[in-house]
Amino acid sequence: MKSAVVLLPGLNRDRDMIAALTKISGQAPATVWQTDTEIPDVDLIVIPGGFSYGDYLRCGAIAARMPVMRAVAEKAKAGTLVIGVCNGFQILVEAGLLPGALMRNTSLKFVCREVKMQVANANTAFTRGYAPGQIIRSPVAHHDGNYFADAETLARLEGEGQVVFRYAENTNPNGSINDIAGIVNDKGNVLGLMPHPENLIEAAHGGNDGRALFESALGLKAA
Amino acid sequence: MIKARVTVTLKNGVLDPQGKAIEGALAALDFGGVGSVRQGKVFDIELQGSDPAKAEADLKAMCDKLLANTVIENYAVELA
Repeated sequence: MKSAVVLLPGLNRDRDMIAALTKISGQAPATVWQTDTEIPDVDLIVIPGGFSYGDYLRCGAIAARMPVMRAVAEKAKAGTLVIGVCNGFQILVEAGLLPGALMRNTSLKFVCREVKMQVANANTAFTRGYAPGQIIRSPVAHHDGNYFADAETLARLEGEGQVVFRYAENTNPNGSINDIAGIVNDKGNVLGLMPHPENLIEAAHGGNDGRALFESALGLKAA
Repeated sequence: MIKARVTVTLKNGVLDPQGKAIEGALAALDFGGVGSVRQGKVFDIELQGSDPAKAEADLKAMCDKLLANTVIENYAVELA
């Protein structure tokens, strides 16, 4: 399965993501730059974390308007799987590919620690490698992970099973509404999440709870 | 040349932790009687041309497409 990683100035988790995808899929992902208008034929596109454009205006706001994001939107529309992690999640909501918004953590503090996340929907292309309700360890590192959506949107997300990951065991690090850590779009092929599964994929990381997410998306886990 | 000011504010019902922190700091400075603080953004924009109707329409489009996140924010456009 082929993958691609989107690169933008200010992202800093791109190397981690490229290493994780290379280790798990057995081949290095293609990389696309912000000004690229075409993305090669791949099964999975990943927007990694970081601080694109220094978080100017709003986190992800500038990145979301770059030409490469129009190409990502076209691929998403055609059904290609897309994952946005951390700043990548913020970019996806700013680009309108996922509903809602990510606001400043209620603590006003940057949080960099490990939290627990529950798989709220194991019936997605990204989570079929997990058991329903499974609790997994998840590193987080962000200042603006406080997910918000209006009541109507929230009801739709909850009703349609679009809330895929939820902070568990009172570890919500940012005040996110309904403890939401990750959501998918209505078609189920675009995932955004604040935690960093790419940083927990092998023994050297101290655990591999994040690995099944990539194995699922890369088709390495049976449905 | 048209000068404009765009003000972006958080919608009612959207929690503003930064506004809350500022509220707390004002109380710490002994400013009594501060009911609440909501933080927003101001953009001063110069536009070429002289048609105020076009300027206003352009500025609203700029707000919808970039300057405001209409999921959580309202905006107001004011021509000088």
